[in-house]
Amino acid sequence: MKVLVPVKRVIDYNVKVRVKADGSGVDLANVKMSMNPFDEIAVEEAIRLKEAGKAEEVIAVSIGVKQAQETLRTALAMGADRAILVVAADDVHTDIEPLAVAKILKAVIDEEQPGLVLCGKQAIDNDMNATGQMLSALLGWSQATFASKLDIEGDHALVTREVDGGLQTIKVKMPTIVSVDLRLNEPRYASLPNIMKAKKKPLDEKTAADYGVDVTPRLEIVKTEEPPARAAGIIVGSVDELVAKLKEAGAV
Amino acid sequence: MQFGLSDEQEMIAATVRSFVENEIYPHEELVERTGDVPREIAEDIRRKTLGLGFYACNFPESIGCAGLNHLEFALVERELGRGSMALTHFFGRPQNILMACEGEQVDRYLMPAVRGERMDALAMTEPGAGSDVRSMTCAARREGGDWIVNGTKHFISGADHADFVIVFVATGEDITPKGRKKRITAFLVDRDTPGFAIRDGYRSVSHRGYRNMILDFDDCRLPDAQVLGAVDGGFEVMNTWLYATRITVAAMSVGRARRVFDLALDFAATREQFGQKIGKFQGVSFQIADMITEIDAADLLTLAAADRLDQGLPANREIASAKLYASEMLGRVTDAAIQIHGGMGLMDDFPLERFWRDARVERIWDGTSEIQRHIISRELLRPLGA
Ligand SMILES: Cc1cc2nc3c(=O)[nH]c(=O)nc-3n(C[C@H](O)[C@H](O)[C@H](O)COP(=O)(O)OP(=O)(O)OC[C@H]3O[C@@H](n4cnc5c(N)ncnc54)[C@H](O)[C@@H]3O)c2cc1C
Ligand SMILES: Cc1cc2nc3c(=O)[nH]c(=O)nc-3n(C[C@H](O)[C@H](O)[C@H](O)COP(=O)(O)OP(=O)(O)OC[C@H]3O[C@@H](n4cnc5c(N)ncnc54)[C@H](O)[C@@H]3O)c2cc1C
Repeated sequence: MKVLVPVKRVIDYNVKVRVKADGSGVDLANVKMSMNPFDEIAVEEAIRLKEAGKAEEVIAVSIGVKQAQETLRTALAMGADRAILVVAADDVHTDIEPLAVAKILKAVIDEEQPGLVLCGKQAIDNDMNATGQMLSALLGWSQATFASKLDIEGDHALVTREVDGGLQTIKVKMPTIVSVDLRLNEPRYASLPNIMKAKKKPLDEKTAADYGVDVTPRLEIVKTEEPPARAAGIIVGSVDELVAKLKEAGAV
Repeated sequence: MQFGLSDEQEMIAATVRSFVENEIYPHEELVERTGDVPREIAEDIRRKTLGLGFYACNFPESIGCAGLNHLEFALVERELGRGSMALTHFFGRPQNILMACEGEQVDRYLMPAVRGERMDALAMTEPGAGSDVRSMTCAARREGGDWIVNGTKHFISGADHADFVIVFVATGEDITPKGRKKRITAFLVDRDTPGFAIRDGYRSVSHRGYRNMILDFDDCRLPDAQVLGAVDGGFEVMNTWLYATRITVAAMSVGRARRVFDLALDFAATREQFGQKIGKFQGVSFQIADMITEIDAADLLTLAAADRLDQGLPANREIASAKLYASEMLGRVTDAAIQIHGGMGLMDDFPLERFWRDARVERIWDGTSEIQRHIISRELLRPLGA
C-alpha cells in the first residue's frame, strides 16, 4: 500500500504573526516557514506504518510556492520515500484554497492510487480544516477526521477520534482519508543519515496546470486584524474581593 | 568564495536547533541550580543522539559515522552553542584526536568513543603550564620498558564523566639553540589505572555543571600500548588533530549570541518606558543594530574558516580570527543584552546572567584571546622578518 501525505508550508509556529499594514493578510516576507505541525504528525504516522510493514511507500505532496520544496525535503529527511511538488503560486502570500488543493490532490491520487491519505486536521495558518473532508467528497472515499489513534486491519481502518468530551472509535473502509490530531504521535527528528539521503530521493515538480486545476481564489479576504490586546489583569487580595469583582463584571 | 548553505546543511542546522530547544532547554534550569546533570538525563540525550546518527558526527564514514565536513560540523556546534554545555556534552563529540589510534587502540578507545560507550577528556593544562603548554612538568620516565608518570593536570573538562583521558606528558628534553625544549608524548589513560586519580576541580562561574577536574599522577605505570601517535610525537598529534577545535568555540559563541540576541530583541520590542517601547529609543535600537552586525560577522568568519579547512587551504590565521572575534563578540552581546533588560537582566529569573557568565570562559580556553592575536600577527609578520 502507498500512503500519500499532503504537507503544507506555513509560518513557523514560533513566529510572532504580524498583520500586513493594508490588512490584506499576514506578513510572510522574511519570516521563518516550516511544515504545518499537524502534517508532521501525518508524515510520522505514515513512516510508522511503513516501519510496521503496513505500507510500502510514503509519498509527500505539497501544493504552493516553489519554496515548499524545503518542506518536502524535510518530509523526505524524516523518512518519506519520494515527493511531489505542485507549484500553484509565485507569491509567498498566495494561499491556495482548500477546494483547489483537494482537486489537485484528487488528480495526484488518480495517478498514484494510494490506499491511504494521511493529512493534518488543519493548517495552522488559516485553520480551514476542510481539505481532507473536501477530498473525501471528491473521491467518494470514506474519511475519519481528528484521529488520535489509527489501526489498519486488512480492508478497513479503526480510527479513534477526539470529539468534544471524549473519544470515539470508528471503522472505515479502505481506501480512506484520515486527518490527524495532535495526540496521534510525536514526530521524530530527521536523522543525520536521512538528511544526507534526502537529496537523492526523487522530488517531482509539477504545476497546477498539469492537472488542469484552476486555483483562482473563490473567497475574498475582506480584512485581517490582530486580535484585540488583552487588558491588564488585576491582583485581588481575597476570595471575597474576587467574588465581588466577578459580580461587578456580571460574570457570576 | 561560494556563498550559501545547501538544503542538507540548512536541515542539519535546523534539526540540531530543534533538538536543543526541545531536549536541552527544558533541563537547563535544573543543571544551573544543582551544578549537575542527572544520569538519566545524560543517558536520555546520549541515546537520542545515537539514534539520530548525530553522535560523533565529526568522525568519518569509514568508521561508521556521519563524516560531516568542517563547515557542517561548525553548524552543528553553532546550534549546540545555544544550549547548556553541561547537557550538550552528551550530544557526543569525542575528540578527533582519537583518529590517531592505531592497532588495538582502535577497538579499545576509538570505536567505543564514537559508539557512545566510553567518554573521553583531553588534558594538557597544568597549574604551572597554561598558554605555554610546552613548559609542562607532568613527566614520564622509562622503567622496565614502561612509562612511569608523575605530575598534575588541572582544568580538565568533562573528566568527571570520562572513562579515559588523553593526556599530554613530557617525555624528555632537547637542547636547542633557543634553549631547552621539552619533548611531549600523548597517552591514553584509563580512568581506573593505578596511580591515576581524577578529583574535583574548581567551581567555575562559566558553564555550571560542565565541570573541570584535577588529574593526579603518582607513579602511574603505562605500557607503550597507551601511547597515542609516536613517542615524543605529542606536538604532531596535537597539531594535526586539535588545530580545528578552536572553530568549535567560535561556532558555539555565535549560536549562544543568537539566542541571547532574540531575547534582547524581543524585550526591546515589548518593554515600555516613558510611554513607548524602549526599542524606539536610539540608545537601545543602536545597540540592537551593533549586536546583530557583530553576530553575523562572527558567523561568517567562523563558517569561512571552516570552509577553508574543507578546501585544504591554510587556515590557522582564519581560525584564530574566528575564535578571537566570536568569543569577544559574545562578551559584548551578552553584556548589551543585560543592559537592554535593565535590572531584570541580572536576576537569575532570566537566563541572561547565565549567558553573560558562560561567555567569559570562551575568551580563555582553547587559547586565550592574546594567544589568538599572537597567532594572527605572527602569521602576518613572521614572513616579513618581524
Ligand atoms: C573552564 C575551563 C575548562 C578547561 N578545560 C580544559 C581541558 O579540558 N583541557 C585542557 O588541557 N585545558 C583546559 N582548560 C585550560 C585552558 O585551555 C587554559 O586556561 C588556557 O589555555 C589558558 O591558560 P591559563 O589559564 O593557565 O592562563 P595563562 O596561560 O597563565 O595566561 C594568563 C594570562 O597571560 C596571558 N598570556 C600568556 N602568554 C601570553 C603571551 N605569550 N602573550 C600575551 N599574553 C599571554 C594570557 O592571555 C592570559 O591573559 C580549561 C580552562 C577552563 C577555564
Ligand atoms: C540589584 C538592584 C538593586 C536595586 N535597588 C533599588 C532600590 O533600592 N530602590 C529602587 O527604587 N530601585 C532599585 N533598583 C532599580 C534600578 O534603579 C532600576 O533597575 C533602573 O532604574 C533601571 O530600570 P529597569 O531595570 O526597570 O530598566 P528599564 O528602565 O526598563 O530599562 C531597560 C533598558 O531601556 C533603556 N532605556 C529606558 N529608557 C530609555 C530612554 N529614554 N532612552 C534610552 N534608553 C532607555 C535603559 O537604559 C535600559 O537599557 C535596583 C536594581 C537592581 C538591579
